[in-house]
Amino acid sequence: MTDIREVLLPLTDETVSSLRAGEPVLLTGPCYTARDAAHKRLTEMLARGEALPMPLAGQTVYYVGPSPAPAGRPIGAAGPTSSYRMDAYTPALLQQGLKGMIGKGKRSAEVVDAMRRHHAVYFGAVGGAAALLSRHITACELIAFPELQSEAVCRLTLERFPVLVLIDCEGRSALVETPII
Amino acid sequence: MREISCAQIRAAVAQLFLTANRQIAPDIRQAVTDAADRETSTAARYALSQLTENYVCAEEDGLPICQDTGLAVVFAEVGQEVRITGGLFSDAVTAGVRDAYTEGSLRKSVVDDPLFDRTNTLDNCPPILHTALVSGDRIHLLGIAKGFGSENMSRIGMLTPAAGEAGVLRYIVDTARLAGPNPCPPIIVGVGIGGDFEQAALLAKRMTARPLNKRHPDPRYAALETRALSEINALGIGAAGYGGVTTALNVAIATAPTHIAGLPVAVNICCHASRHAEINL
Repeated sequence: MTDIREVLLPLTDETVSSLRAGEPVLLTGPCYTARDAAHKRLTEMLARGEALPMPLAGQTVYYVGPSPAPAGRPIGAAGPTSSYRMDAYTPALLQQGLKGMIGKGKRSAEVVDAMRRHHAVYFGAVGGAAALLSRHITACELIAFPELQSEAVCRLTLERFPVLVLIDCEGRSALVETPII
Repeated sequence: MREISCAQIRAAVAQLFLTANRQIAPDIRQAVTDAADRETSTAARYALSQLTENYVCAEEDGLPICQDTGLAVVFAEVGQEVRITGGLFSDAVTAGVRDAYTEGSLRKSVVDDPLFDRTNTLDNCPPILHTALVSGDRIHLLGIAKGFGSENMSRIGMLTPAAGEAGVLRYIVDTARLAGPNPCPPIIVGVGIGGDFEQAALLAKRMTARPLNKRHPDPRYAALETRALSEINALGIGAAGYGGVTTALNVAIATAPTHIAGLPVAVNICCHASRHAEINL
């Protein structure tokens, strides 16, 4: 694929509106890592009314637990993990203004509905392309929960990070539906 | 008795997991490359080309192929004429896994208690070890670094004999259908038919590492493998779930005698990054 559109993070509402399911884009800018254990903690903090360790409004979360960074590199292998495991926590984060998610695979109807209501977009990165994706991450800074090891929350800087719009803000999906018949 | 030391076993296990995580097996690399060449969907072709490029990036940058460097599964076949010296066999295997994951920049993905504590063990131990006593004076070790995106999409069905071939085929294809884009397609499908509950699952796990050019020796099962592969590919899920003609690279079946009342079918899904390596000591 050539001439792929570059999209800047944090996302603006105009950018979110312009993204269509099935469109490949290159993401450049900051995002936060969070997977199962971090999502559990973040939503528990919200339920207790505590301040989160990072801003969510307008931000993008990448579902990733990277491998350790070898000497001289900002991060190790860093491909997406399965997004559906975050579904139970996602509507609460969207409510806080989260605009973008990067992961792989399906989302629940509840998440798609919340994305529509809160005007957010879900990007897919290719699972198992972790060394390639690592080359598109230029910085990684620990933000919270270091005791969670690879599941800690980090602030990443992406540079032309290749993704596909999997579900857009109007709920259209690029994933192939395979219902049991 | 031929003597093999725990130090040898430990070093061999460490090497298996370093190799498995950093270098994809040549047959899988070829299959992914071929899938990219014949793919008709633009998005899926883009995904597959990222996978072939990823193998090069991993080699050049000294990174694992996937950040989920897996739960370490070891299938050991220990010859009855081998005497293991210098400690316990299982301790040597665990030490080898620890060496690979702590010194090789591999991710530690194991938690101690599965339900309540979920505290990371920090060394990717313990591994899952399956040991069989066999004839001879060698030890054969197969190491599988099993990612859980695909493991979570696996299923076991205690079918009844009346389900027959059609029921088994449907169970295999439905497992891939239910998994959809989640297990990182194109997938490798390991199937165990027969035995009991745990033997079927064990056979299925072992089959995720069968070379892609092998078929089941019984032509009826070989035909079932081919049919299941073709039906899974007809689902159109495609690479990364982006559509297209390749949803699976292989279906590999192993069978075992079973009870008159049963027809267990275990389907263990593995992602395209099937990471495994083996060695004879």
